[in-house]
Amino acid sequence: MDSGFAGAMTRPQTRLSRDALVLGAMALALAALSALWMFQGLGAGNRGFILGLRGGKLAALIAVAVAVGMSTVLFQTVAANRVLTPSIMGFDALYVLLQTGLVVVLGSAGFTGLPPAGKFLSEMAVMTALAGLLFGTLLLRGARDLPRMILTGVILGVLFRSISGFLGRILDPNEFAVVQSVSFASFNRVDVTLLPWAGAVTALAVALAWRLSPRLDVLALGRDPAVSLGLRHRATVLAVLALVAVLVSVSTALVGPVAFFGLIVAGLAHGLMRTARHAVLLPAAGLSAAILLVGGQWLFERLLGQAATLSVVVEFAGGLFFLYLLLRGRIR
Amino acid sequence: MIRIDGVSHRIGHAPILHDISTQLPQGRLTALIGPNGAGKSTLLRLIGRLEPLQQGRITVAGHDIATTPTDRLATVMAILGQQTAIASRLRLAELVAFGRWPHHKGRPGPADRAKVAQALEAFALAPLAHRFLDEVSGGQAQRAHIAMAVAQDTEWMLLDEPLNNLDMAHARGLMRRLRLMVDEGRSVGMVVHEINYAAAWADHVIAMKGGRVVAQGPADEVLTESLLSDLYDTPIHVGQHQGRPLVLHHC
Repeated sequence: MDSGFAGAMTRPQTRLSRDALVLGAMALALAALSALWMFQGLGAGNRGFILGLRGGKLAALIAVAVAVGMSTVLFQTVAANRVLTPSIMGFDALYVLLQTGLVVVLGSAGFTGLPPAGKFLSEMAVMTALAGLLFGTLLLRGARDLPRMILTGVILGVLFRSISGFLGRILDPNEFAVVQSVSFASFNRVDVTLLPWAGAVTALAVALAWRLSPRLDVLALGRDPAVSLGLRHRATVLAVLALVAVLVSVSTALVGPVAFFGLIVAGLAHGLMRTARHAVLLPAAGLSAAILLVGGQWLFERLLGQAATLSVVVEFAGGLFFLYLLLRGRIR
Repeated sequence: MIRIDGVSHRIGHAPILHDISTQLPQGRLTALIGPNGAGKSTLLRLIGRLEPLQQGRITVAGHDIATTPTDRLATVMAILGQQTAIASRLRLAELVAFGRWPHHKGRPGPADRAKVAQALEAFALAPLAHRFLDEVSGGQAQRAHIAMAVAQDTEWMLLDEPLNNLDMAHARGLMRRLRLMVDEGRSVGMVVHEINYAAAWADHVIAMKGGRVVAQGPADEVLTESLLSDLYDTPIHVGQHQGRPLVLHHC
């Protein structure tokens, strides 16, 4: 009894330090990659310009990575399973639909003429409200029914995409080109004008998620235990969904919709960390996403000379991982 | 005391509870018994605010569950519903440690760790403490859930069929532990399916059928042949064993 008990009490301690070690290593790897990204092959001429260009893109990639990684982990916690991601549930399709709707209403000139920051922030607000309404209703009622969740998510995603597609069809080609530029993911064409806003919003969301992390651990137990432990379940679910909506808006605004990237990253975080504590899982997801994005983009842009596209490779790998999870029955 | 006044409940159009008014006495072990579909679990879940109260009023130790903040209620009562699988990968010790959450809100102190250790010890879970939940049997996981509720250290404990998945030895062990806690001043309300556990250990019995309370009172007054036969619509013989009723229903 005694030895088992002692083991129980010491194990979490050693595991914690192991997790901290892994997180530290990941942070170092990210720092090294960032340095490589910034200074590799830096010539003598016009350093300031090149560094500014590279720095902006690096910051955008990291913001996207953090947003995708954390939003996926957060969403999986509310949905209580490991297969669903915000994009599978149609979050980013909703964002694209919002954009398309704006182009239809305002025309391409009006759309591109909008002040980017104001447009981004108001889109985010609408997105948060809609996501809370749609997914809040879905998750707070009958959330335990996984097949129904997946089905509803897929149907919502298809619905949003086909409405966008329909709107695209009735647009004139010039306006459609504007829509198209926001509906496909590209890590090469990052929208840097939004970066200060997107960065600030991401930082704020990260801080909030960090504050919420003990409550997230309780939320992950499921509704009944969470309520019994005195968590304000409904309010917490809605708060987390709002964070997810904000983070998805950030990543979609900066690079466009990425379907399966979040799944890979959340899977990595859970696999590497061997704990269910969100204070560890969230940074792990953010860091592994950033390492993959910065490393991958560096590889494709600088070494392979754009012979392939990172977004395609990421989606391919993510799709395979999704199938693997489904086939292995690892859906919880 | 848990006081239930005029509580009715329906799920969709199906009425589940009809104007129930009853009490669970303080410092006693109360068993809720009745046939399937009697509304026992629903009543327990309503008390534990796992379902929203539609009509009527429920107070737990003087706290109106409709108006008391839920985190305050969590320090007054712990409720264990019929357990469903937990999505996150947790060790038994981590699960039990969540029982202390209402008290420390994420920053456990030495006193919290001591309570968790006690609860693990009490349910013979210490040797399994660092196993993952999906690596133990259903009964062991069930004991871990109960240990979590015990670690919550509340005046009231509400348990929905806690004997599910438990073998004889652990079922008796659990009842003995609950008895001990009640003797030390805590109060327990539980839904019991195997009537003899109620007969052997409960102080107070509330018998329900068709969403109504049909009888309530001390165990040996409620657990009589005529009442039980009516309750379950089947002839039941009640004997005596060591001064407590023994319900013979197997043959």
